[in-house]
Amino acid sequence: MPSQPSEHEVRVLSRRFGLPNSASIDTYLANDGYRALEKALKEMTPDSILEELKVSNLRGRGGAGFPTGMKWSFVPRQSPKPKYIVCNADESEPGTCKDRLLMEYDPHQLIEGILIAGIVVGSHQGYIYVRGEYRYLIDILDRALEEAYARGYLGKNILGSGFDFDLYTHTGAGAYECGEESALLESLEGKRGIPRIRPPFPAVAGLYASPTVLNNVETFSSVPPIIVNGGKWYAELGTPRNGGTRLFVLSGHVKRPGVYELPMGTPLRKLIYDVGGGIIGDKKLKAVIPGGSSTPVLTADAIDTPLDFDSVAKAGSMLGSGAVIVMHEDTCIVRAALRIMQFYAHESCGWCIPCREGTNWLKKTLTRFHSGGGREEDIGLIEDLAKNMLGRTFCPLGDAAAMPTIAFVQKFRNEFEMHLAGQPCPFEKHGQLVGA
Amino acid sequence: MADNFKFNVDGRELQAKPGTLLIDACRAAGIEVPAFCYYPGLSLQAACRMCLVEIEKTPKLQTACTTPVAEGMIVRTSTPIVVDARRAMLELLLANHPLDCPVCDKGGECELQDMVFRYGAAESRFREEKRHVDEQQWSPVVYYDAPRCILCYRCVRVCGEGMDVWALGVVNRGARSEIAPNHGDHLDCEECGMCIDICPVGALTSGAYRYRARPWEIKYVSTICTHCGDGCKTTLSVRNGKILRGNNRDHSGINGEFLCIKGRYGYDFIENPNRIRTPLIRKDGKLVEASWEQAIQTIAAKWKEILHRRETGTQEAQAFGVIGSNHTTNEENYILQKFARTVLKTNNIDHHRTVDYAALIRAIANAIAKPVGDSAARPASDFLARSKDLSIASAVLVIGGNPTDQHPLLAWNIREGCRLNGTRLYVINSRRIPLARKTFRFLPIAEGGEQNALEFLRGERDAEKRLQGATPGGREVTAEFLNDFRDKLGQEKDLIVLFEAALSGECVAQLVEWGSRLPGRTRFIAQGDYSNSRGAADMGLLPNALPGYASVEDNDARLRFENAWSTTVPAEPGMPLHDMLAAAAQGKLESLYVIGANPLKGWDTAASLGGCFVVVQDLFLTETALVADVVLPAASAYEKSGTVTNTCGELQKLSKGMEVMGTRADLDIFSRLAGALGVTQAPLKSEEVLEEIRKLVSGYGVPLVNIVAGGAELVAPLDGFQPVSATHTANVKSSRDTLFTSGTLGRYSSSLQAVPERTTRTEPDPA
Amino acid sequence: MQFSTQLEEKFHRLAQHYPVKRSALVPMLLFAQDEYGFLSKEIIAEISRRMDLTVLDVEGTISYYSMLRTKPAGRFHLQICTNISCMLRGGDKLFDHAKTKLGIGNGEVTPDGLFSLEEVECIGACAWAPAIQVNYDFHHELTPERLDQLIDEIQRVSRV
Ligand SMILES: Cc1cc2nc3c(=O)[nH]c(=O)nc-3n(C[C@H](O)[C@H](O)[C@H](O)COP(=O)(O)O)c2cc1C
Ligand code: SF4
Ligand code: FES
Repeated sequence: MPSQPSEHEVRVLSRRFGLPNSASIDTYLANDGYRALEKALKEMTPDSILEELKVSNLRGRGGAGFPTGMKWSFVPRQSPKPKYIVCNADESEPGTCKDRLLMEYDPHQLIEGILIAGIVVGSHQGYIYVRGEYRYLIDILDRALEEAYARGYLGKNILGSGFDFDLYTHTGAGAYECGEESALLESLEGKRGIPRIRPPFPAVAGLYASPTVLNNVETFSSVPPIIVNGGKWYAELGTPRNGGTRLFVLSGHVKRPGVYELPMGTPLRKLIYDVGGGIIGDKKLKAVIPGGSSTPVLTADAIDTPLDFDSVAKAGSMLGSGAVIVMHEDTCIVRAALRIMQFYAHESCGWCIPCREGTNWLKKTLTRFHSGGGREEDIGLIEDLAKNMLGRTFCPLGDAAAMPTIAFVQKFRNEFEMHLAGQPCPFEKHGQLVGA
Repeated sequence: MADNFKFNVDGRELQAKPGTLLIDACRAAGIEVPAFCYYPGLSLQAACRMCLVEIEKTPKLQTACTTPVAEGMIVRTSTPIVVDARRAMLELLLANHPLDCPVCDKGGECELQDMVFRYGAAESRFREEKRHVDEQQWSPVVYYDAPRCILCYRCVRVCGEGMDVWALGVVNRGARSEIAPNHGDHLDCEECGMCIDICPVGALTSGAYRYRARPWEIKYVSTICTHCGDGCKTTLSVRNGKILRGNNRDHSGINGEFLCIKGRYGYDFIENPNRIRTPLIRKDGKLVEASWEQAIQTIAAKWKEILHRRETGTQEAQAFGVIGSNHTTNEENYILQKFARTVLKTNNIDHHRTVDYAALIRAIANAIAKPVGDSAARPASDFLARSKDLSIASAVLVIGGNPTDQHPLLAWNIREGCRLNGTRLYVINSRRIPLARKTFRFLPIAEGGEQNALEFLRGERDAEKRLQGATPGGREVTAEFLNDFRDKLGQEKDLIVLFEAALSGECVAQLVEWGSRLPGRTRFIAQGDYSNSRGAADMGLLPNALPGYASVEDNDARLRFENAWSTTVPAEPGMPLHDMLAAAAQGKLESLYVIGANPLKGWDTAASLGGCFVVVQDLFLTETALVADVVLPAASAYEKSGTVTNTCGELQKLSKGMEVMGTRADLDIFSRLAGALGVTQAPLKSEEVLEEIRKLVSGYGVPLVNIVAGGAELVAPLDGFQPVSATHTANVKSSRDTLFTSGTLGRYSSSLQAVPERTTRTEPDPA
Repeated sequence: MQFSTQLEEKFHRLAQHYPVKRSALVPMLLFAQDEYGFLSKEIIAEISRRMDLTVLDVEGTISYYSMLRTKPAGRFHLQICTNISCMLRGGDKLFDHAKTKLGIGNGEVTPDGLFSLEEVECIGACAWAPAIQVNYDFHHELTPERLDQLIDEIQRVSRV
């Protein structure tokens, strides 16, 4: 399933993807597998590992881009309670399907990354929280865990170091909100995935109210190469403050959609045109969502934006989960806004007023608007409603719904106006979406 | 304790203890911060987002309900951004909320309505349809209207955290989220109705009240619930002389907002069609309706005859027996015993004793008189606890009984202590009572093993042996466990001990003696059953004690009352209740006067009261009334004023909510009877009687300001206490009422009869 | 009620993974559903009992998760993603096509109980859109024609 590799790729995390039996421990061991673990256990200290991570400029791949080394250093060294490592494999942000590949083709790399986190913070137990839809991955991961136990990479006294670690998979059952760290922890405790009041943050009181490290699959998977090759080497792959490579998911109206590993800072143009082969039908580019459906849309003018956290932020959006969704000239922006809002309305946990009601009413209003029942004042209402949610919800899901909506209205106001009163969607002909 | 933090809100310098939530600090300073989901004492939700405020150096608005105050923090609560955020939340809430305020029960007292009034957003900018879901009936007393629900989760929390019942939960997700009852489409719970009162909008409504009134037509009357001994204050909503509901939304009184099903709905016996509304006289073996005049004259004629015979010494039998009530006011009880002692000249007066208050008061008096070791004498307040003290006590010991079912307010307070203040709860019980879930230590005992447990606490080896081994509930009690239990308890410095009928007489003395040997102060609560059983005992509805437990055999005490009453009082102790009944059955009692009591219930020789002239004064034709010669229709506690004393000793005032035609208050009846016997029994008015009580009854000389304002004072009838003879064994028996029964009254309450839990709630499992 | 030995075995293993019993709840529910097709009242009652939870608590949890269901689905549950990446490549048309082809609407089951249909949110196959899941199996880069073939194939195989 991984797309044809592209010559532009810099394969660090994905370098074993094409190998026969890439998920097996033998393949892994034959290709540098568990070298980082050995090094971490035998040659390094928690502090020196943290130092490498900080130097590497690795930032979280789950969405927020928080520096990983710093996150791990927040965990108290001394704790009367056991500490936990939790891997966020909920991967539910629309546009995102990279963690899936990391688990399917290189599960041991992930296990190794989690183990190193355990060494750093002094944890002996971890869970991989996999979204329910990825059931087949549970089987793959469980097999990998079994192999790792059998070879002494998990369990008691790992590699004779005296370090113990147990790791389990845990399945979700269909809820985007459970990708949000505190809701994930609730879910892992067997409850409804309602986010928690913070502070306290997971590093202090996470799973079972114990100190917890929680990272994305790709983040953990990036750790072994950093340990083997050094933080400096990794940092230099990317741009300042944005170390390394990441798996970009290219989807939508491009000729070669796929998951491509590229250095941080790769220009958007390069990703779409060189790696992705350009727009299908050689149409004009209209808009790009750069980091998953929660991130504000960019117009075609932003095509030269380098894809790293800081540059995308400067361009008015976010790099998020690295899911680049491309829309060409025939795309109805209102429709895109509606479909995205439909998602957030479906996934809002319902806990807080602004998100529960805001997403729902935006969905209803956009539905009417798109189908030709729009009134002039609705455009303002949509923008206003979204702004009323922004920054006021209990957890960031409300923001995730509001931000793209605001951007769609502000950047494509003309398209909203084209839908006013009684006019059918100009992009649809006989109920068919042009150009798909 | 750490110093107060100083911070600034809206330009004002404020101070608060570290850990104080910003919302509380603001509210304490009179700065309004709106909130739906925040509710003091319940867990934090931060869900409604109404309390968002600006805090300097924080980019986003913050919820005041979850932010603790910090030194130097600068807060703004009314900037345009904050105001806009509130308006936005309200607009979103209203988007789905049906604007059916004109027919909504909450209209006029709805928090959402109030907030929209204050912060705007009344006009909807939305075009689409609101979500509609049909209203659901969850129990005879609870209805849920999902579209009105704003999902503040207060009901879920008050039911779970407050009541420890957990009958409500949230189902579905997002905009489809709803509150749901624990049995799919209905509730199985304690039917306390706390969820209804705590609901800020009209989503949860009361089956008893719905669609019956608009708040502005209502007159509010604050009075005391007439059911159990806890004495919750309830505010009656009265319209056109009818009581429409009971609640305590202003959180005043000893119970704050708490009420159980009886307090909230159980007033409805007053309108039961079986209520007696005219006096009845037995004619040709049948009770027939009569006028008040006829009834009073009939009684007076008979009693005069008996009195005359006694004066002339021509009788053998005892002349009178009087059985008083656990429901009548202190004033009535006081006047009743005065009437018995001074007009009928008898000490044959008693009431159904549900716990041994006399023994407790005696034991405390002894402990005060003879302090343990060389410690100084302690004040009475070191021995008696108020109901609210349970919420802040560092430790509570419950011996026997089931407070959750029999003393709902005390149980509520105990749970609050455990939840919010870390109270260590010790329970000694033969059953896994609901409070066991909150225990720090639970000691399972055999059925009826309370006395043995006390002996064990007092250090008896044999008692300890008897406690060991396997329990009926399948637990193993080991010597280590027992020692640990006793050691832990023995270290408690501020313990409140609750006991009930299982410990009476000498056992109570032993309990108090054990308690006073603990390191700190140990306070006691005797759990008696009805709304004024404590008052009945305090007022001297006892054959051997005058008001304030002064012994009738004590010349000085008697003299004090005789001087005040300008007449004599018999010095011989009278017959206790069961002796009176036995005497009547054997033809050795000429007349029995029963007020608001049903001693013949469960008494198998009812018919054999035969020759005795029986007068009953009550609300319903009870088993006792059915054998009476004259029945007088009495008013209930909701139909009169006066004071009552709850089981802890808290004195509170009743207010008249309504009248039931044809009935008379007991106080009124006593003076009519006295008048017909040719005696003027002063004073006549309840307020004046209270004054006399305050002068004469030990402990009752408390200030009235609080009580008049709807509060309570603790009374301790200990001053100048003369020990009542301990040999006089009282027959103490709990009435074993449950959450859904309340003696006679419960039988006539349609809401108590209607809830299915009345029959399905089972006794707790053996411990 | 009694669970099959393999499910018991799964539950047993799960129970050992967590220091807190309740943590196993969601996986337990999903595994039970995998075996029985949906979460019946009996299953819910049994799982509540084993977990020391109230039925209400378990129902609240079930109703939160979109994959958990309390009514039977078809033997082959077609989940068609129409979220943004799939929509841009025709996912919504695929969904319309499936409705016509199967003659059922969203959330419905064919009369023979063979298929059920659900419009789902992003299933993590955006780069290979439009994508669907049949039970847990992914099918990528589908066209209406390929969907027809898939449905026909299932029908053919299940008839034998
Ligand atoms: C609504 C919401 C959904 C999220 N979903 C995911 C997800 O599916 N996977 C993920 O790794 N992080 C997700 N996140 C981000 C996590 O909360 C968290 O920041 C992340 O897992 C931390 O890992 P990292 O530091 O390695 O990025 C989500 C956040 C929000 C607010
Ligand atoms: S923003 Fe509010 S309703 Fe939305 S997912 Fe977060 S907590 Fe739930
Ligand atoms: S009171 Fe703070 S969010 Fe509801």
